[in-house]
Amino acid sequence: MNIIDAKNLTKDYNGLRAVDGVSFEIMQGECFGFLGPNGAGKTTVMRIISCFMPPTAGEVRVFGMEVTGEPSRIKSRLGVMPQDNNLDPDLSVFENLIVYARYFDILKKEATRRAQELLNFVELLEKADVNIEQLSGGMKHRLLLARSLINNPELLLLDEPTTGLDPHSRHAVWDRLNYLKSKDTTLILTTHYMEEAEKLCDRVAIMDSGKIVTVDTPARLIEKHGGNLEDVYLKLTGRNLED
Amino acid sequence: MKIKRAYRVWQRHWTVYTKLYKSSFALNFAEPVLYLVAMGLGLGTLVKQIHGEPYIKFIAPGIIASSSMFAAVYECTYGTYIRMTFQKTFDAILATPVNIDDLIAAELVWGATKSVIYGVTFMIVVALFGLVDSPFILLSIPVVFLCGLIFGELSLIFAAKVPGIDSFSYFYTLFMTPLFLFSGIFFPLETLPPFVTDIAFFTPLYHLVNVCRALSSGSLSGALWSSVWILVVVFVLATLPFKLMRKRVIA
Repeated sequence: MNIIDAKNLTKDYNGLRAVDGVSFEIMQGECFGFLGPNGAGKTTVMRIISCFMPPTAGEVRVFGMEVTGEPSRIKSRLGVMPQDNNLDPDLSVFENLIVYARYFDILKKEATRRAQELLNFVELLEKADVNIEQLSGGMKHRLLLARSLINNPELLLLDEPTTGLDPHSRHAVWDRLNYLKSKDTTLILTTHYMEEAEKLCDRVAIMDSGKIVTVDTPARLIEKHGGNLEDVYLKLTGRNLED
Repeated sequence: MKIKRAYRVWQRHWTVYTKLYKSSFALNFAEPVLYLVAMGLGLGTLVKQIHGEPYIKFIAPGIIASSSMFAAVYECTYGTYIRMTFQKTFDAILATPVNIDDLIAAELVWGATKSVIYGVTFMIVVALFGLVDSPFILLSIPVVFLCGLIFGELSLIFAAKVPGIDSFSYFYTLFMTPLFLFSGIFFPLETLPPFVTDIAFFTPLYHLVNVCRALSSGSLSGALWSSVWILVVVFVLATLPFKLMRKRVIA
C-alpha cells in the first residue's frame, strides 16, 4: 500500500513556483529521499506532506487521506524532525518530550515512560533535566529525533537530518534511522549529502528547480549514469549538488 | 478549531509560566505598585479629591485595568512574536495534531489568562491598601478576562503584520501609551474637551476602567454598558487575528 500519493503537486510561494507539478508515490516501510540543492523545493514538499501548508494545486494523500481534509488525523500518525532546532528553550530536555506528548493527547504516565525510553534511545538520559541551551548541536539533533518519535509514528519526515553535524554525530543519527527502518517505520528524508542518500535510502527522487528529474534506487541510478550519486546528479541536472 | 487542542497549547504556556514566573512576576507587579504609590500618594497630596474620593482611591481601579491590559498585550506581542519567529515554537506545535486556529485561539486565551492573573493580583494589593469599597469588584474578573481577549486580538493583529520585533515600539508608543494616559485612569476625561471622551469611547481600556471603578465602588449599573461594549467588541474582532495569522504563518 502507498503511504503517500502525490499527483501534480504545485506550490507557489512568495510569488515563486517552489514546487512545479511533481508526482510521486511512497510505499509503506521504505526509506525515500529527496535529493537536491537548496531551493530545489525539497523542504516545501515536506511541509505539504506534513500538513503544514496546503498545496496551490494538485493532490496529496497521506495514509489515503487528503492533506487539506483532516490534517489532525494525518498529523497524529506522523513524526517530523525539522531542519532547524525548534525545541522549547523554556523547558528542560525531559519537559520538552512531555509537553510535546500532550499535543498528541498521550497520557502523563505513558508519556513519561516513552520519554525515558526515547532519551535512552538517543543516549540523552543523563541530560534529562538539563536546559536546552546547554546541549551541543549534535545532542539537540538527537533530542529532535526523540521528540519526533514520541507518538510512535508510522511515517517519519526528516528534513536534512544531519546538516551541520560533525561526522560522529551524523553516524549516530544514521544508526538510529537504520534501526527505525528495521522496525518498519516509513522514512522520508531530504538531503544534499550523497553519502546519506546512498546509506539510507531505498529510492531517491532527484529534484531540481521545483521538479523531480528522476526517481530510482541509488544503485540503479549509479548503474545507469555511472560514477557515484554526485556524478549522477551532475549528469542529470548539469549542476553540482553543492551549488 | 478544537477546544481540546487549543487547551494543549494553553497548557504549554501555563507549564512554562509556572516554571519561570518567579523571574518575571515581581517586575510586572512592581510597576503598577509604583504608579499607585507615586501618583496616588505623591500627586495625591496636591490633588486631594476627585468625585469626593481620595486621589489614590480614584486611580486604584484604573491601575487594575491597565496592569491587566499590559499583561495581555505584552504576551500577545513580544511573547507571541518570539514563539512564532525566533523560537519556532509555532512550527514545532504545528507538526502535531494542533492546527493553526487551535494555536491562535490558545495565544488569545493565554493572553486573557495573563490579564486575569495580573488584574487579580493587583486587586488584592489594592484591597490590602483599603482602596476597595465593595466585594462587587470580584465581578470585574470575567470582564478583565474578556477585555484581555480584546487586547490579545489587537496585539495579534499587529504581531501578524509587523516586519520585525522592533516595530512593536510603534504599537506601544502610538497605541498603548495614549490608552494608558487617556482612559480616565489618572483624571476624569470630562476635564478635557468632549472629543477626547468621544474617542475614548471607541477604545477598550476606557471601558475596562469604567467597569473596575464602578464595581469597586459597588455600582452594578455603572458597569453594565461598558461590560456590554467589551463583550460585543470581543466578537467583532474575533476573526481578524485568525485570518492574518494564518496568512503570516502558513503563507
